[in-house]
Amino acid sequence: MSDLAAKTARAPRNTGRLLRTMLPALSMTLILLGIAWLNPRAISYFGFSLMLNLAIPIALATVAQMFVITINELDLSIGTFVGFVGCVTATWLHDAPLVGVLVLVAAIGVYAGLGALIHLRNLPSIVVTLGMSFVWQGLAILILPKPGGSAPEWLTGFMGIKTPFVPFPIIAAVVIALVVHFALMRSAYGAVLRGAGGNQQAIGRAGWSLLKTKVIMFALTGTFGVISGMALIGITTSADANIGNGYTLLSIAGVILGGGEFVGGRVSPIGAVIGALTLALAASPLLTFMNIPPDWQVAANGVILITVLAARALIGRKGG
Amino acid sequence: MADPAHSVAKLDGVKKSFGAVHALDGVDFSVRSGECIGLVGHNGAGKSTLMSILAGTGSPDEGLIAINGAPQAAWTIQRARALGLRCVFQELSLCPNLSVAENTRVSHAALNGWGGARRAADLIRTSLDEIFPGHGISPQDIVGDLAIGQRQMVEVARAFTVTDDPLHLVILDEPTSSLDAQTARQLLAHVRRAVAKGISCILISHILGEIIETSDRVVVMRDGMVVADAAAKGLTRETLVAAMGGAHLRDKTVRSDHKDAQPLVVAVPGTIGLQARRGEIIGLAGLAGHGQTRMLMQVFDAAGRQGGVVQVSSAVALVAGDRQTDGIFPLWSIAKNISVRSLGALRRGVFISAEAEAAMAVDWREKIGIRTDDLNNNILSLSGGNQQKALFARALGSDAQIILMDDPMRGVDVGTKLDVYDLIRAEAQRGRTFLWYTTETEELDNCDRVYVFRNGQIVAALDHSELTEERILQSSFAEGAA
Amino acid sequence: MRMTKLFATPWIWSFIGAVAVWLAAVIFTGGHGAGGMITAALSLAVFTVIVGLGQMFVITLGPGNVDLSLPANIGLASAVAMKTMDGNDGMIAVGLLAALACGAVIGLANYALIRLLRIPPIIATLSSSFIILSTDIHYGRGLQIKPPQGFADFANVQILGIPILGLFGVALAVLAWVALQKMVYGRSVLAIGQNMRAAKLAGIPVERVRLLTYTLSGALGGINGALLAGYFRGASVDIGNEYLLSSIAVVVIGGTSVAGGKANVPGIWGASLFLVLLLTMLNTFGVSAGLRLLLTGLIIVGVITAAGGHKAGR
Repeated sequence: MSDLAAKTARAPRNTGRLLRTMLPALSMTLILLGIAWLNPRAISYFGFSLMLNLAIPIALATVAQMFVITINELDLSIGTFVGFVGCVTATWLHDAPLVGVLVLVAAIGVYAGLGALIHLRNLPSIVVTLGMSFVWQGLAILILPKPGGSAPEWLTGFMGIKTPFVPFPIIAAVVIALVVHFALMRSAYGAVLRGAGGNQQAIGRAGWSLLKTKVIMFALTGTFGVISGMALIGITTSADANIGNGYTLLSIAGVILGGGEFVGGRVSPIGAVIGALTLALAASPLLTFMNIPPDWQVAANGVILITVLAARALIGRKGG
Repeated sequence: MADPAHSVAKLDGVKKSFGAVHALDGVDFSVRSGECIGLVGHNGAGKSTLMSILAGTGSPDEGLIAINGAPQAAWTIQRARALGLRCVFQELSLCPNLSVAENTRVSHAALNGWGGARRAADLIRTSLDEIFPGHGISPQDIVGDLAIGQRQMVEVARAFTVTDDPLHLVILDEPTSSLDAQTARQLLAHVRRAVAKGISCILISHILGEIIETSDRVVVMRDGMVVADAAAKGLTRETLVAAMGGAHLRDKTVRSDHKDAQPLVVAVPGTIGLQARRGEIIGLAGLAGHGQTRMLMQVFDAAGRQGGVVQVSSAVALVAGDRQTDGIFPLWSIAKNISVRSLGALRRGVFISAEAEAAMAVDWREKIGIRTDDLNNNILSLSGGNQQKALFARALGSDAQIILMDDPMRGVDVGTKLDVYDLIRAEAQRGRTFLWYTTETEELDNCDRVYVFRNGQIVAALDHSELTEERILQSSFAEGAA
Repeated sequence: MRMTKLFATPWIWSFIGAVAVWLAAVIFTGGHGAGGMITAALSLAVFTVIVGLGQMFVITLGPGNVDLSLPANIGLASAVAMKTMDGNDGMIAVGLLAALACGAVIGLANYALIRLLRIPPIIATLSSSFIILSTDIHYGRGLQIKPPQGFADFANVQILGIPILGLFGVALAVLAWVALQKMVYGRSVLAIGQNMRAAKLAGIPVERVRLLTYTLSGALGGINGALLAGYFRGASVDIGNEYLLSSIAVVVIGGTSVAGGKANVPGIWGASLFLVLLLTMLNTFGVSAGLRLLLTGLIIVGVITAAGGHKAGR
């Protein structure tokens, strides 16, 4: 193909791709603009700290979900897992740190084992993680039958840092996004992991172990689930078994909003974090400012998802 | 040039069967260093099977593989790669969600470390620049966003990149099929340059002109065997076509004249249009994958719709060729697989009549000769040929007047074929119309008219009386329709 | 020889499990309340059976098909039913119809999202669940609407010791079984689940069948909501929450293939009874809620691991 022909052929494709990548940022900007217009005082250090308070755990859970979505799987247990981690954090990690650490590490090990099981027995991750959600929920209730416990001081201290100029949640989100971005999108093995989601056979033929990719991705999900749970307790200072239950759906929504796709290995860590922040902002602050009755605030998540996906479908049809 | 002493790869007495079909019937094949071999043959000759064995993706039932003179016991893709064999097959082995550079990186373990991303990008850019000057592809482009021709270019360029593993032999399976003329020329020029540097190439192509120009030696296969192996200099398209032929068309049987009625199917995919009337058996011929299946699908979709490029005025039913993906319901019994197209007709009131369903299965077991003692056995208990018969029964047992057949006899034994041909002819006598895509020339003898496809267009319409294998082959390999 | 064939049928195992669990509970109580356990189980299991059947049809359509909007659907339907009936015995039928219609509309909306916006079923039903939830919160605002006396009584009626709800559940299961075995619709669902492309090429109207299936699942959710409100004497937003996981669980444990194309109706009943009796047994043992959940989860993972997944190479 001649240079010019190739470039012009690529042009409509590139606009489409550009639009798709920008969609998460666009959505968030729109929401921020909405907030700024409705309540200018919210656009401040204090305002952002308040609105994005719980954004960090959600962002971490979203990134966790993103890892398994990259390899065409799904984790329906991330929510109850975060709750389990929270309960462990508020009890053992506080009272007997060594035990707490061991339990959390073992939990990550369980996730890794699930990855292996799913690969070796060719199991549908939806059903396996569904079953595991019962398991984590049950364990959480066993650890903390009633809300309580208390977070370790170093954790609350860390989560409560008052950073100058830019609120801590924003810094944390940027750090998370950048770290995961570089690890998954820039490293050699990150390309292999993503490739396993795009064309499993090709990666296998190139000599890479597909078992290892599954195990590693699930282990990463477990790891970020642990960090998410710990962060959550650092903010709320005490735990209860149901504290993370909404995170499953939120995390899936965040990944999709961030430009990720269920199959094909196309994900964006930065997009996922932005998606999580967007949901956190749209969840309560924006709607409160819009005076949307609390009854309808839950619907916001659904409406946002549908709108973004509809926009994506439209862009796709134009030539993305 | 070619070093007569150094044999890069040697296959001896390779045999491979898939069920009743002998894909390779004792093939000797050798490649020397610094030579380009052109591999040609009609459908089902065995080229792809042979190459899959050489590449390590398939294993032979019998025969020896020797690389650089050393016999190989356990032959895998990884081993092949380590010993310097690369392949560019038609099913692309790129990850569509990764960039061009990343796809290069994952195929070379040496690019894993620090700075590997840049080296991978440089590597693939250099290769693309060398093979396809003016390509316009950036290493950062995501493969899924590239056109198929560009993806092909990336695949080829990647195959020629070298880090740790050596590069001795590249197998190119129809590499120019999705490239335009200029890019194809660039590729073939590069093949000559690589050969001059001592790398061997195996070039599979149906574009005979390319083969003769680019190869040092041409190997012709037919029916699972090598039938010719000669220097390319001195060969012409005609001699190659002649070497590929060999099927015997039976004596012309008298066909009844159906020129009475309105055509049931009208399609105009190019300059030559397709028409089918009541009771006609229409053949779709030409090299595999040149638009025949697409035509059938267009007819399938057009049934029951008005207007459009394709017009169909009767119900259609399809007999699938790729049983696994298009035809078989693997959890069901033979009877259920047969009845599925006729569920409406088998209804008595609200429910499907079990008796009618069973009767249909028994009826067709008789008619088409399915070998089984219990029609309620799972469909996979049948042999391949009998499974195909069940698929025929499904279509023929329906109310459709037009039957589309998507190369349904591929890999089926001779006995089954003969049974089915008789049945098709009988049904045609009774007024059914058949659109029959087949990759086996002999089967075309059953047809009233044959349309030869090339590159998605019909390039020839041959009446039964004009049907000879040469004419079909010539049209199949005709150039100028690119 | 006939005995081994009996044991080879997949659905028998969930019933065996149910019986085993019931026996364990009975042994523990020394025979006390054995009959009561069964009666209660037959009632409670019905609610899982109803949505399990809907979920079964959806899952049988093939991998990727699942209805996550059920809990929200059930919650909304319970409110719709109660508000329509408005404590009036004469409005019972209308209320039931309203709940069913509400659920069917939800199913239709789900399918519209899937087809028109080309959203994967998981996301589509997930998104719609948010919206339905909001609708329910708004619509069912605060008011604890009680069912009409006649309806609440009816929901608790027993005929010869068998709860009428149980009979209803059995009737529904029989209908589902008949649809699957003997109707073109059921045959079509099974075909699509085994091989969607082959089904299309065999002349099956794939999209129409999918539309019907999602609508059916929604409608069954609607009925379930209405009945739950009657049985538990009141509607609530959360009334359907546990049915998401349990509807999928009974499909899996009951022997329906998650890869699609093979459905097991008796297994839905067996698995529902098993889950309810498991709960009963654990309660009898004095097992805490946490342990109960843990065991249920491990059983689900165990069953799917033993069953294995579909063969790769699709």
